[in-house]
Amino acid sequence: MNALILANVSRRWFLHGISLGGLVLAVGYPSAARAQQAKKYGADGMPNGWVDNPLAFVSIAEDGTVTIVCHRSEMGQGVRTGMPMIVADELEADWKRVRVAQAPGDEKRFGNQDTDGSRSTRHFFEPMRRCGAAARTMLEAAAAERWKVPVSEVQAKNHEVVHRPTGRRLGYGSLAKAAARQPVPARETVRVKDPQQFRYIGKGQLKLVDGRDIVTGKAQYGIDTRLNGMLYAVVARPPVYGGKVGSFDAAEALKVPGVEKVVQIEDSPPPAHFNPVGGVAVIARNTWAAMQGRRALKITWDDGPNAGYDSAAFKATLEESAHKPGKVVRNDGDFAAAAAGAARRLEAEYYIPHLAHATMEPPAATVRIANGKCEVWGCFQSPQAARDLVAKRLGMSADDVTVHVTLLGGGFGRKSKPDYAIEAAVLSKAVDGKPVKVTWTREDDLHNSYYHTVSVEHLEAGVDGRGKPVAWLHRSVAPTIISTFNAAAKSEAPFELGMGVINVPFAIPNVRIENPEAVAHTRIGWFRSVSNIPHAFAVQSFVAELAAAAGRDPKDFLLDVIGPARQVSPETLGDTWNHGESPERYPVDTGRLRRVVETVAREAGWGRTLAKGRGLGIAAHYSFVSYIAAVVEVAVDDKGVVTIPRVDMAVDCGATVNPDRVRSQMEGACVMGVGVATLGEISFKGGRVQQDNFNSYEVTRMTEAPRVIRVHIIPGDYSKPMGGVGEPGVPPIPPALCNAIFAATGKRIRRLPIRDQLKV
Amino acid sequence: MIRLEINGRRRDVDVPGETPLLWTLRDEMGLTGTKFGCGMALCGACTVHVDGQAVRSCLTPISAVADKKVVTIEGLGTDSIGKALQAAWIDVGVPQCGYCQAGQIMSAAALLKRTPAPTDAQIDEAMSGNICRCGTYTRIRAAVKQAVAKQGGTR
Repeated sequence: MNALILANVSRRWFLHGISLGGLVLAVGYPSAARAQQAKKYGADGMPNGWVDNPLAFVSIAEDGTVTIVCHRSEMGQGVRTGMPMIVADELEADWKRVRVAQAPGDEKRFGNQDTDGSRSTRHFFEPMRRCGAAARTMLEAAAAERWKVPVSEVQAKNHEVVHRPTGRRLGYGSLAKAAARQPVPARETVRVKDPQQFRYIGKGQLKLVDGRDIVTGKAQYGIDTRLNGMLYAVVARPPVYGGKVGSFDAAEALKVPGVEKVVQIEDSPPPAHFNPVGGVAVIARNTWAAMQGRRALKITWDDGPNAGYDSAAFKATLEESAHKPGKVVRNDGDFAAAAAGAARRLEAEYYIPHLAHATMEPPAATVRIANGKCEVWGCFQSPQAARDLVAKRLGMSADDVTVHVTLLGGGFGRKSKPDYAIEAAVLSKAVDGKPVKVTWTREDDLHNSYYHTVSVEHLEAGVDGRGKPVAWLHRSVAPTIISTFNAAAKSEAPFELGMGVINVPFAIPNVRIENPEAVAHTRIGWFRSVSNIPHAFAVQSFVAELAAAAGRDPKDFLLDVIGPARQVSPETLGDTWNHGESPERYPVDTGRLRRVVETVAREAGWGRTLAKGRGLGIAAHYSFVSYIAAVVEVAVDDKGVVTIPRVDMAVDCGATVNPDRVRSQMEGACVMGVGVATLGEISFKGGRVQQDNFNSYEVTRMTEAPRVIRVHIIPGDYSKPMGGVGEPGVPPIPPALCNAIFAATGKRIRRLPIRDQLKV
Repeated sequence: MIRLEINGRRRDVDVPGETPLLWTLRDEMGLTGTKFGCGMALCGACTVHVDGQAVRSCLTPISAVADKKVVTIEGLGTDSIGKALQAAWIDVGVPQCGYCQAGQIMSAAALLKRTPAPTDAQIDEAMSGNICRCGTYTRIRAAVKQAVAKQGGTR
């Protein structure tokens, strides 16, 4: 390893945008006291905020190699390319001489690392720019000092500092030592580039930093960790949420060649938090032996109260709740009066089942404990959470726990819950600290996930004589993610309501949004795009249903319902959350929503003549402070088999760092959205998940995926706040697809997945 | 002791004969480029070549590959088709998380070995056993075609 020269840790540069952490604050203070606290938004509002200290992120070796630390987790969104690219651009580094190092879990040093919520670029674009610019300033100062010239005469350019009057040059490597002795400039003096001068940002020319390793099999994921003397474990977990081991017999398991030990992991009764659910672990000399040992275990489970969970019956329970008034979470005008006076009333109900992330790499983690220190390796979206919770479970200080973050073979929210790291820690401790790798099988992953919620969305509208809605009622009924942290929680949290149920910016005068209660019977967790999926499916399907009832073109009707271009404060929509962003900086901009609708319609050739059995559907959704619209083209054959020749997506996420990764995220979101619409379902019977593997939990394959996906990026302005990219592409896809099926066949899909609903 | 050839090298492994090739590669030989995804030959992440054919190593007992030639993603770059596919994968920017891509490339390489200029339908058929949860399918198809073009194949 090269000597890391830029490392004079100056205390005053530990400048954090620190918050105490939203959850802690919310629990600890009564609401009146909380209201007096200045509310923090964006990265400022996240635990441990942001850091822009170049000494934390940049080091330069004497051979000129620049190492840039990426502190966010790579799970396919391209963050290990995008985040260092921002620093390199401002640093005037030559990308060919840049190496990327992955940060361990250490939020005090690097700022927030919880890689979810489509936040990395929008929260760290500015801090990373300042970080690179500050390092560049230090190199310039060092060169000016060496030449004894005013710093105003020197300029960093492509890995060198140039003395403009004389043309003298010094490479970054030769300046590294002297630059390290320079004071880090005060933040307010740091000059970032004019976006016109960007060399990498927004260009989309750079290849993925991990591309070569990925295609040659060298890339290291959590499941790939190998340490000297490492043991391999798999765990038999309770099949029912809240269940536990009644009794077990390990005699046969211990006879399996290679099995070393059988260890019970303590159960953790609901609420689950990020704790392991418990069970019986088999530790062996290789993964296969551990799996064989597990098969030989005899376990009697004590299932507990969720043994009655049956998702078919629960659908009826949710529907019953959706037919009765619930807690009013937004109320504009007078829905009841307006609906009573309307020319016509329409209603519809939509259902989306539980889903599992099914990351291609199942959860996996390795832990080694030695000399009072614990090391963890794994695929973590939130390495600091892994660190804190492993420390807590082992009774150690977090300072003594190091979390090494590998690549993630998919995340989608599953890997923000580090229960598998805690399992590995418990098992390592059980074998005197020897390294133990816990690998989840696909069955484990599907049986013990943190599932996407199940929901019934009930919509009613009163329309005027021309079919335009004047009254809008939406009852959203779904177990809340909060139930995973507070077993008594039965209402959707502000962050769930703010995902496209209350913050719908339609030009409708009478709006009533209700949230009847729902009880969770399994671990509910974040799944890519979260509650936006059911909410957008319902809202965007219903708008299309109203358009059909009015005999109007769905695109024109959607634009009419959105209404004229205006900036709507999320607070006036009852949305106090706004994806954690400032309501002033991030109003809901219906002009931007209109623009993606108009753009995608134009690019997709909306209105073109199609063959029999083909149809176009449109949907638009605002989420993660970005605006996305999609047009899906379907072909439904005479047997009811759906294929998707083409999808167009228009995305307005503000300015982009790596447009090619924006495209790839939209493409991937599109395929995942198609899977949600057509195939995805986790169902329960007797409290047990009925799907075991990819034969029963089907996901989209190449044959069912859209043949062509065209992504249209609305150009952005670097002076304006950025939006999210990883998640907002999913929600518009299921409704656009179902709207296309309606256009092609006249059949309206209100229950997902579609599966064989169209089969003739 | 079972003898086989992995990426051009003779190897002897001492594991029970029913041990899947996948876990032998990963745990015993340290060849972790071959991935575990389902254990039931449903997802293709574990695809390797045995005597030139694409097989799912998760369901292939090590005894079944005794004295056979196994090529994994780590050894694929030594032939021109493998190299062309790897270059196309990078150029098209196929990978997102990248976890399934070793298996995807192994399936694509086996396809191009027997069908140097596949049609779209042939690509679909050869690749439909490989799941990508990130949804990179359109780019996979584009990269296969690019590799074909670079190899001088035509359709």
